[in-house]
Amino acid sequence: MTLDATDRLILNHLQEGFPITPDPFHVVAQELGLDEADLLARLERMKTDRIITRFGPFFDAEAMGGAFCLCAMAVPEEDFEAVLTKVNARPEVAHNYERSHHLNMWFVLATETEEEIEAVAKSLERETGQRVLRFPKLREFFIRFRVAA
Amino acid sequence: MSIDATDRQIIAATQAGLPLVPQPYAAVAQELGLGESELCDRLRAMQKSGVIRRIAVAPNHYALGMLANGMSVWDIEDERIADLGPQVGALEFVSHSYERPRALPDWPYNLFAMVHGSDRDEVEAKRQEVATLLGAACRGSDILYSTRILKKTGLRLRSKEG
Repeated sequence: MTLDATDRLILNHLQEGFPITPDPFHVVAQELGLDEADLLARLERMKTDRIITRFGPFFDAEAMGGAFCLCAMAVPEEDFEAVLTKVNARPEVAHNYERSHHLNMWFVLATETEEEIEAVAKSLERETGQRVLRFPKLREFFIRFRVAA
Repeated sequence: MSIDATDRQIIAATQAGLPLVPQPYAAVAQELGLGESELCDRLRAMQKSGVIRRIAVAPNHYALGMLANGMSVWDIEDERIADLGPQVGALEFVSHSYERPRALPDWPYNLFAMVHGSDRDEVEAKRQEVATLLGAACRGSDILYSTRILKKTGLRLRSKEG
């Protein structure tokens, strides 16, 4: 499907936030100079066409309790599949990507506590004989993504 | 900051998204057997405490034609990152941007920024734009492309009450 200027306006505007008020779509429609029913219909269509992945509250998993850490390993090519099997076997490993770099395996550990992050990382190091570099998030810069208008 | 069992119910009910109806909060409240004003008060409290980062739309990069992305990484002078990090995060083609610790000597980079483009060339061109923005405060950079998804599981909400 193609997006028109109004769709793009809506996407950009709603990435910035959505009000908590009884008639939020009415408020947003007024801000954008649109009709509320048109706004809802466009959102519905973009959701159906999978232009919109999700619309709603984004929760901070860390603020809800829980610890997360991006980790990276430099796995020799010949050991890659064996190490991958060991890493992916851990339920604490949420995402894992192979990347074009000397550090070629990048995954996120998700646990209940910081201590468990350390424990899982150390246990993976023992199990694989490879270092697990830890890159915890120190600071997050504003996250959004704008559609060229 | 603490959330109770009702907050957890609200999280579970809205994780997949808000309904696209004129009164979405009333619809969620009714589903949970709460009053609309209680639901809204709790959402506001969670937003204030940071449990909710924001209520917003997440567009699908692929569906928007942004087929390529790279994890760009930068070695920024420590005293400049507070100033430069938000500028990188505000670029329209950057979706996620974080400060992370270096792992010397293997890894000198302390700023991570996901750069999106319609193809690899566009991602490289945008990486240059970031380099220009950072100027002399940047001592080195690299970009990592994902070559394979090895595992992808959603983050599961723990069922225990917190």
